[in-house]
Amino acid sequence: MNMRHTLAATVAAAALTAAALPAQAQEQFIPLLSYRVGDYAAGGSGFYGGMIDYFNLTNAKGGINGVKITFEECETGYVPARAVECYERLKKKNGGATAVEPLGTGAAYGLLDRVAVDKIPLTTLGYGRADSADGKTFPYVFPLITTYWSQASAMIQYLGSKEGGMAKLKGKTIVHLYHDSAYGKEPIPVLDAYAAKEGFNLVKIPIPPASGTEQGAQWAQIRQLKPDYVILWGYGVMNTVALKTARKTGFPVTKILGVWWAGSEEDVIPAGDAANNYVTMTFTPSGNYPLVEEIRKTLYAKGRGNLEDKDRIGSVYHLRGLAAGIMYVEAMRNAQEKYGKGKPITGEQMRWGFENLNIDDAKLKALGATGMMPVMKTSCADHEGSGATKVQKWNGKKWEPVTKDWIQAERDVLSKLITDSSAKYAADKKITPACAAG
Amino acid sequence: MFYREAGQYKTSYADDGQIFPIRQDRYAIAVLLLVAFVVVPFTASAYLLSGILIPCLIISLAALGLNILTGYAGQLSLGTAAFMAVGAFASYNFVLRIPGIPLLLAFALAGMVAAFVGIIFGLPSLRVRGFYLAASTLATQFFIVWCLTKFSWLSNNSSSGIITAQPMQILGYTFSSPASKYLLVLSIVAVMALALKNLVRSNTGRAWMAIRDMDMAAEVIGFPPMRTKLLAFAVSSFYCGVAGALYAYAFLGTVEPDGFSLDLSFRVLFMIIIGGLGSISGSFIGAGFVFLMPIALNMFFGATGIHMPESVKSNLEQMIFGGLIIFFLIVEPHGLARLWQITKEKLRIWPFPH
Repeated sequence: MNMRHTLAATVAAAALTAAALPAQAQEQFIPLLSYRVGDYAAGGSGFYGGMIDYFNLTNAKGGINGVKITFEECETGYVPARAVECYERLKKKNGGATAVEPLGTGAAYGLLDRVAVDKIPLTTLGYGRADSADGKTFPYVFPLITTYWSQASAMIQYLGSKEGGMAKLKGKTIVHLYHDSAYGKEPIPVLDAYAAKEGFNLVKIPIPPASGTEQGAQWAQIRQLKPDYVILWGYGVMNTVALKTARKTGFPVTKILGVWWAGSEEDVIPAGDAANNYVTMTFTPSGNYPLVEEIRKTLYAKGRGNLEDKDRIGSVYHLRGLAAGIMYVEAMRNAQEKYGKGKPITGEQMRWGFENLNIDDAKLKALGATGMMPVMKTSCADHEGSGATKVQKWNGKKWEPVTKDWIQAERDVLSKLITDSSAKYAADKKITPACAAG
Repeated sequence: MFYREAGQYKTSYADDGQIFPIRQDRYAIAVLLLVAFVVVPFTASAYLLSGILIPCLIISLAALGLNILTGYAGQLSLGTAAFMAVGAFASYNFVLRIPGIPLLLAFALAGMVAAFVGIIFGLPSLRVRGFYLAASTLATQFFIVWCLTKFSWLSNNSSSGIITAQPMQILGYTFSSPASKYLLVLSIVAVMALALKNLVRSNTGRAWMAIRDMDMAAEVIGFPPMRTKLLAFAVSSFYCGVAGALYAYAFLGTVEPDGFSLDLSFRVLFMIIIGGLGSISGSFIGAGFVFLMPIALNMFFGATGIHMPESVKSNLEQMIFGGLIIFFLIVEPHGLARLWQITKEKLRIWPFPH
């Protein structure tokens, strides 16, 4: 090859790189630590399917100011060690991860320290540490929309309103029937605080995670106690078994109030008739939203939808994934407003985006998602943003709303608990709580 | 041809009793250690260190621990994860409640606590054997996890039983980068593996193996079964306890009691069955196989570029992994370590077999 050829080749290569660079730069990468096999596959495939559908919809509409969202899935099987490996594998890929959502308590704990070092926001939608709502101690953790503590507060308020006022709860007996793990124990401080405040009798009955399929003893105890209400704080097969066992022991299903992880189609359909009229909490009520219709039309009609079973479009887990997608996209849009429109953002800028989310009624209406999730507004002191939940009832075919309005968690009851608990974490980790700059 | 010992004379008892009698083996292991200690920390990416090597080494240590009990002393146990949990929570409490305690001392003490718990739960082994013992060690698994969620003092009154590992500091140096954490874990694992290798070649190890092969006969020739079995439980639990402490401090950072579930115990048991019962290298090979193979398959499907739904990929990965386990167990029921040993024996006489 002579000199001239080399030169020409170099120029051509340089021109190609220059042409390719901007195109490459216009992408925003999200790693998805999904799980589509194992015990929790039903939840994982629905949730991540929803997130992917929303990202694809956003891309089909031209992205965020022209920036396309790219994503890559990595199978974790709900095993924390695998989730950490996936996170480490994907965090630097394609220009760096923008934010991460592991949808699993164990996995979230494994990532908690890492995200602060890597400056990648970690979202924990409706699970995780309730005290991470304190953005001063946990700048990179976002328990968006609501936490277990807000849920416990909303549950007691709902039961109070059912009795005709919080004062009427005095002297009543409420059973907290829970999955004996960090998950089931998380709300106990809040329930204890309410029991002391409102004067009801709180009985805590644990169900060992390994024996979720046999609850005869626990329900026999409940039958003896004759409680006014049973709060069912379960996960997976435990919920179905609880409903069936309640029916067998003759405990009325209308007196059971489930948490949002006990309130999906996957929990109630296997229980059959025993689940009719069962009520649970939710932060993404079922319904026919224009957004879901749009996804049907734009993606599924063209064979580009992510769920294999089309009956699951609009199911509880799918809606939760869509809600996560909305918040991710809005946070990116937010960050672009501040750091430059039409340019991909970094994890640090995404953190600002999440911390200054403002999804109001007008925004939800524009997205076609009015009522699909509560309105929310985050800040440094409040990484949760809402804390509002609704109550839904299973009518044998689908979930229908029970409460018309969103139930707002009583922040004054929770705030002291949150500050105390996050202060302890800060002391353990030798962190000085402060709002992040920027 | 290259791998043979012709011309290597042993002229002293020390020569005869060394861990690797063949010179090539010694060189190979020296190079391996050199690479692991010097080359890897400087060249490996943060992903390789903190996503793969650190967890793999820690889980290997737990497999070593179980191999003492099951592989060498013949006592089947399903309580590995429980002993790891004891180690994790004990080290957390030592660091929390004794200000200024050296971290390595805290890990050692945590191992001691695990050893003590191991001795208590090893008591049934004096009466029951085999699968019956496995069932009784199941009790350990459930009792420990229950205990850790029940008594909130153990998790410093955390409302949900979660502990957050304190930063790791030794002599004023904070181990926070992946490379430093890796070196710390590697040092601990290497020292403990070497100690164990010598232990199993000593009187103690021979006593364990005698008990494993036939406890009645072992008793007749003078090994007290109670002392021998309980010692196996203690040493095994010590190793698992240290592994648990490292799992909390050097890998996850924040742990919940539920993370040390029966599922983890089973996985460690599969590691030593696939790697090789009663073999130090088998523990490492088995841990590597069970931990790395699914990740390798996952990456392989990602790299092929074949377009298929994510759920198909995930399920395919599990099916191939299961198939491989069956394949290896049929080819060599004594585990991958035995396969490696056979290869070495063949190599010694290659290319002129008898």
